[in-house]
Amino acid sequence: MLSRADTHRLPLILGFAAFLIAVFLLVPFLISVTGRWNFYFTLTSVALLSVASAGVWLTFYIGRINIGQGAFALIGAYVSAILVTKAGVSFWVSLPAAGLFAGLVAVVIGLPILRLRGVYFAMITLVLTEVVRLSALALPITNGAKGIVSIPLPGELSLFGITIIPDFSTIENPKLAFYYTACVLMVVCFASMYRIVHSRLGQLCRSMQQNEELASSVGVNIAYLRVIVFAISSFFGGLGGAMFGAIAQSVYPSSFVVKDSIDFMLNCFLGGLGYVFGPMLGTLVLYFGWDLLFELGKYQLLVYAGTLILLILVLPNGLLSIRFGRIRGLWK
Amino acid sequence: MEQVIVNGVYLGSQYAMIALGLTLIFALMNVLNFAHGQMYVIGGFVTYTFYGQFELPFVLALLMSCVTLAVLGALIEKFLFGPVIRRSAREESTMLLAAGIAFLLDALILLVFGEKQRGVPKIVDGVFNWDFRIIIPYDRVLICFLAILSIVAFITFMQFTRTGRALRAIAQDRVAAELMGVSVNRYSMIGFAFGAMLAGLVGGLLVTITGVNLGMGGPTSIKAFMMVMIGGAGVISGAILGGFILGMLEAVGLAVLSQYGDITYLAIFVALMIFLAIRPQGLMGKPWG
Repeated sequence: MLSRADTHRLPLILGFAAFLIAVFLLVPFLISVTGRWNFYFTLTSVALLSVASAGVWLTFYIGRINIGQGAFALIGAYVSAILVTKAGVSFWVSLPAAGLFAGLVAVVIGLPILRLRGVYFAMITLVLTEVVRLSALALPITNGAKGIVSIPLPGELSLFGITIIPDFSTIENPKLAFYYTACVLMVVCFASMYRIVHSRLGQLCRSMQQNEELASSVGVNIAYLRVIVFAISSFFGGLGGAMFGAIAQSVYPSSFVVKDSIDFMLNCFLGGLGYVFGPMLGTLVLYFGWDLLFELGKYQLLVYAGTLILLILVLPNGLLSIRFGRIRGLWK
Repeated sequence: MEQVIVNGVYLGSQYAMIALGLTLIFALMNVLNFAHGQMYVIGGFVTYTFYGQFELPFVLALLMSCVTLAVLGALIEKFLFGPVIRRSAREESTMLLAAGIAFLLDALILLVFGEKQRGVPKIVDGVFNWDFRIIIPYDRVLICFLAILSIVAFITFMQFTRTGRALRAIAQDRVAAELMGVSVNRYSMIGFAFGAMLAGLVGGLLVTITGVNLGMGGPTSIKAFMMVMIGGAGVISGAILGGFILGMLEAVGLAVLSQYGDITYLAIFVALMIFLAIRPQGLMGKPWG
């Protein structure tokens, strides 16, 4: 017998299962039937960019506009690339290391700048993206404008002699392997996001988003909380960036620039800031929209920007607000 | 040393004008205008078209830049920002809109003016040379002079006219201004047009020296954000101060740090972050409220 809580959760579990089947079985099947192998790269990118966008969404959740995710993605990409090429560390170790390092940087930078609010925070994070790009150009370890190229594909991951993930260079179709890895990363990331939002931490975040002074006056440690949330957000950014570097097998200072930071923010906005899965949908729509418009040649940017503006005019609260329009009042 | 100061003042005068437009729009609408750099580029291209191609007088071309941008700004406010601000549940949506407009203007520039770097013939020839201590071409002197003149005109306008007073009232308190009988919607449009016009004017002035190309928009916006952060968002004196400080820092940085490579802006960024950690509202800005 199902308990009440379980019946309440049933649609959620079913939806989750349907999503898993779609991502891990249906999409590869459709691609192998239609033979459009280049879709793997597009979908892998969407999965990774949505991981980074999820981080941005989390900072929105505490009421900060974050346009600095490109900085943390670039940091993550460089940390992973340097660990793999210069220290000879396995990629699977460098991936969490990249995330952790990005999180650490976020704590150090976040302590002073998280005191800023609203547009000020938005502007300083935008500047941060530029700082990291310029640092990558100036520092010796990042190899300047030449970047770090020919990063080897991820190697084997084994635990107690059992191979968990085979060496990517021996797999006949590394594209599919990357697709699966990115999707696993995305699913884990969004599942943990869902968990965070529906935990005590999430409630504290919501209280902060509405009124920081009030939250602080009833005993919420806002200074601690916002640094933690910013660090988690940047951890996601670092993961996404590191994985991206591994797929492209190269990292340049221009791998993530201000445009990317703005895109991460747009993904969240477009999907809807009130919904955990907003960033995923937003990334999918924006990335595919841009790709589909490629046929239009020089009118690509015009149509893209026009559509974007039209969407904002028609749906100022994000794409997901169409379906869930009725519960919008719950979360303002 | 004298040369560095003169370069700083020259850069600062232009930067201050760019920051003025941005801060005006911010003060009135609470909108961070991402498209400010693109507006500046359009101003440059309009002046290039009229002065460089049709060979009309420079002043007329400048005037055309101002008019084009003022109309563009008014239209953007009337049909895009206004409705979104009124309807959106979250005011951050305007930021998304601003980014969308920046993309749109970039696309329009690409289609109408192309992607090539454009320049115009010099407006005045000759170089001012004071004993090889200060060397500066006359056209830069003229542009610097015109920029400072425009800033003074702008301040006079804001202080002593009815429109200026209404704009200042809205910047101070939107609701109170409306209660005092200021037509907020109308003056928001005028203010936005005015801010855009300033961007166009700088673009028109600078096309005679640096030329203009499609890629200049984004970096100009970032510089403008920095100036506004230094001075304090939404404050006119802050924008002017921020502009001159950034111009001076850039001139000094280029002179002092050039032997270490291209790290001027890296140093400025780092200094800015430390500064904002100590004084988050900028030099002239109001504390939170």
